[in-house]
Amino acid sequence: MSATPHPLDLNVELVEQLLVRFLRIEARKFGFQRAILGLSGGIDSAVSAALAARAYGAEQVVGVMMPYRTSSPASEGDARTVAAALGIRLEKTDISSMADGYLSTMPDADRLRRGNVMARCRMIVLYDRSVPERALVIGTSNKTELLLGYSTQFGDAACALNPLGDLYKHQVWQLARHLGLPREVIDKPPTADLFEGQTDEGELGFSYAEADGILHALVDERRTVDEVVHLGWPRALVERIVTRMAANQYKRQPPLVAKLGERTVTHDFRYLRDWGR
Amino acid sequence: MTRVSLAQIEPALGDLRKNLALHEAEIATARAAGAQMIAFPELSLTGYFLKDLVAEVALAAGEGPLQRLAELSKDITIAAGWAERARDGRIYNTLGIFEDGKLIGAHRKVHLVTYGMFDEARDFAAGDRFRAIESKHGRFGVLVCEDMWHLDGMWLHFLAGVDALLACSASPARGVPAGEAQLRSQRTWNTIHDAAAALTQAHVLYVNRVGCEDGIVFGGGSRVVRPDGSEQARLEGLDAGRLVVDIDATLVRRVRTATPLRRDEKPQLVMRDLRALEDQGEL
Repeated sequence: MSATPHPLDLNVELVEQLLVRFLRIEARKFGFQRAILGLSGGIDSAVSAALAARAYGAEQVVGVMMPYRTSSPASEGDARTVAAALGIRLEKTDISSMADGYLSTMPDADRLRRGNVMARCRMIVLYDRSVPERALVIGTSNKTELLLGYSTQFGDAACALNPLGDLYKHQVWQLARHLGLPREVIDKPPTADLFEGQTDEGELGFSYAEADGILHALVDERRTVDEVVHLGWPRALVERIVTRMAANQYKRQPPLVAKLGERTVTHDFRYLRDWGR
Repeated sequence: MTRVSLAQIEPALGDLRKNLALHEAEIATARAAGAQMIAFPELSLTGYFLKDLVAEVALAAGEGPLQRLAELSKDITIAAGWAERARDGRIYNTLGIFEDGKLIGAHRKVHLVTYGMFDEARDFAAGDRFRAIESKHGRFGVLVCEDMWHLDGMWLHFLAGVDALLACSASPARGVPAGEAQLRSQRTWNTIHDAAAALTQAHVLYVNRVGCEDGIVFGGGSRVVRPDGSEQARLEGLDAGRLVVDIDATLVRRVRTATPLRRDEKPQLVMRDLRALEDQGEL
């Protein structure tokens, strides 16, 4: 513990309490006591799994590794380390034949399309497996990722409950240390592992430290672009992040419904998701 | 001495039947603990983020659950919250006190909260007055959640000489910065309770709900603060529970004797200045 906390540091004990309650209460309302989630070997799914294990009990949580043939074998090793450390059950479904069954008919699909197909295959596996497991799908998208839209719609972003959605990447790392997750998972560079050598920061073109700092100033502290630049962030980067955040709003919303009648789903049919629970 | 139970419950969203049963169970527990009064959180009969459910769960005067609370109040005073449908069709976020088998008074939330995650002014009509409620246990000034964040209600209740501010909330937990032992939202609430108690020289009875609606966890943290601003009791954590406290009925008099704030208050000065500001178009 350093004397001066990072501005984004949280009281992780309280965060853990809140998130465990959230997972427990919301699952209970829908009649679930079990969770299933994709375990990639990365930090986000490790933290979600650790929270789920605390909320439901390790024996009630299923982690699923879903490698594609180009996925790094090291990721699988890390997923095994996480599952062993948490004591949760680990399953493996190789999505290569599933994804390739489709992709072989689409030889021109570029890296983005191929990555999206893989992410959506994983969604299909998790939602299908959740039925016999009688488990809710727990999400792993953090706030940085949600705000930047750095995820696949209906793919890795799909879930029933997301305990990480209000945590910046910095805070996910901080929580991971608090939860005692394996060092090697915390320390490795984040990657979507959709193609060889991919790293999040390489693909985004800026670091998580930059994204977190700028997003926090804009979103949480409600500073203007000029004010964020005045804090010392490069204007071009701030503007790029603002543009990206707005351009990806569609991923954070349900589909648009064309209004015709007096009362329309998503417009003026206003009930919580917890309606009747 | 009055023994009061603050019921930090987890109401179900939009389920009047389930919530009434929860009230009945809490009332029975309070009675068994020797309490003469029990207070529930804001919208305790309905749940909080109601949106379009407001119109579906709103209760007209004397409707079933309210009638039941009235019956239950024959040997214990009950403060509870519901969506009140007025005769003219307006629906209020109301907190009423039942005693000796009837509703003895109700406060319609004045400061509806409509920013950030809140949308109350869309779903409720705003109350337009702060009036003390006379109970056999003393004079109560009811403030519903955001009402406590404005000076007007607590000041008018101070002028009315209430013995206690009854502050009922459905306040979400938020703000978890490092270096703070508690939630930012709880710290702010505590600051307000302590100041309100010290400035009005009344007890503050704060009862907040717990549970979770669509990912929003309610912060609990119910508390009792004495008329000198010192904490008498609090509930730790975010779990359902109850705070049973004995309110010292002599304390208000003793604190006000030592420091006669009400005697030295200048409400006429405020009224003159308000009129002047209104004349200048600055209100």
